[in-house]
Amino acid sequence: MTDHAHQNCQALLGSLSEYIDGELPPELCKEIEKHLEGCDNCRIVLNTTRRTIDLVQLPVEENVPDDVRERLFKRLNLDDYLHPHG
Amino acid sequence: MNISTTNDFSLEALRSGDRAEFARLVDTFSTPIYRLGLKMLGNAQDAEDILQNTFLNALTHLPDFEGRSSVSTWLYRIAANEALMLIRKRKPNVNIEDIQPEDADDVPLPETFVDWSVLPEKELLSSEGKKAIEVAVKKLPESLRMVFILRDVEDLSIKETAEILNLTEVNVKTRLLRARMALREQLSSYYAERTRRKETQ
Repeated sequence: MTDHAHQNCQALLGSLSEYIDGELPPELCKEIEKHLEGCDNCRIVLNTTRRTIDLVQLPVEENVPDDVRERLFKRLNLDDYLHPHG
Repeated sequence: MNISTTNDFSLEALRSGDRAEFARLVDTFSTPIYRLGLKMLGNAQDAEDILQNTFLNALTHLPDFEGRSSVSTWLYRIAANEALMLIRKRKPNVNIEDIQPEDADDVPLPETFVDWSVLPEKELLSSEGKKAIEVAVKKLPESLRMVFILRDVEDLSIKETAEILNLTEVNVKTRLLRARMALREQLSSYYAERTRRKETQ
């Protein structure tokens, strides 16, 4: 983050999460996008932060293991509801 | 997880001890709660303890649950407390409740500027890559990791995360930004190094 208005980079960093989550008002988004056009480093930070969130979210589809589920149902005296995942 | 569908439970049935409804609740939430335990504590046995204690606790306290928050927020709150209690037991010196340095307004500046986001998914998610992601999450301080898991892994809103952890929304936002930045920095070092290694091969 060098060579230009450094304080814009810091301001962007402070709003980065909300920008990624689409929680900022449109006029602020426009300002950020204008800054991003001229700032390689901020663009890299934005792209890699987005990708970081994607990557950590990816392997979440697996269910609780069957043996863990079975012990849980037994512990809760719900054995009679222990049919396969429905 | 889509909360609008998961909150479709009859509170009346749950409170009056309807076992079928409770079994449905258990089946809906056991996967995210187990995952929360796994990511917070890092091992399967602790995750299973958190899972069982959460539902035992829920069963005990259901008659007192007034429904002021949604069932999912209430359950996540119990699970988060179980996880934090277990962490406190394992690491008595970790401060997970009070206002933390992580809540300060200034965020550490990024240091690595390599655009690895364009690498193909196959490369990012190689077995070594997956391991690096797991290690990066584990390295986050507990107070940041909890916020990150609820918001970015479980996809809960800032408001729900704040309600679950009894934090202000501003604190949740600050912790989330710090967590995301810390993860980005770690993954950036890893993928930059990996790209360099490939180039010199």
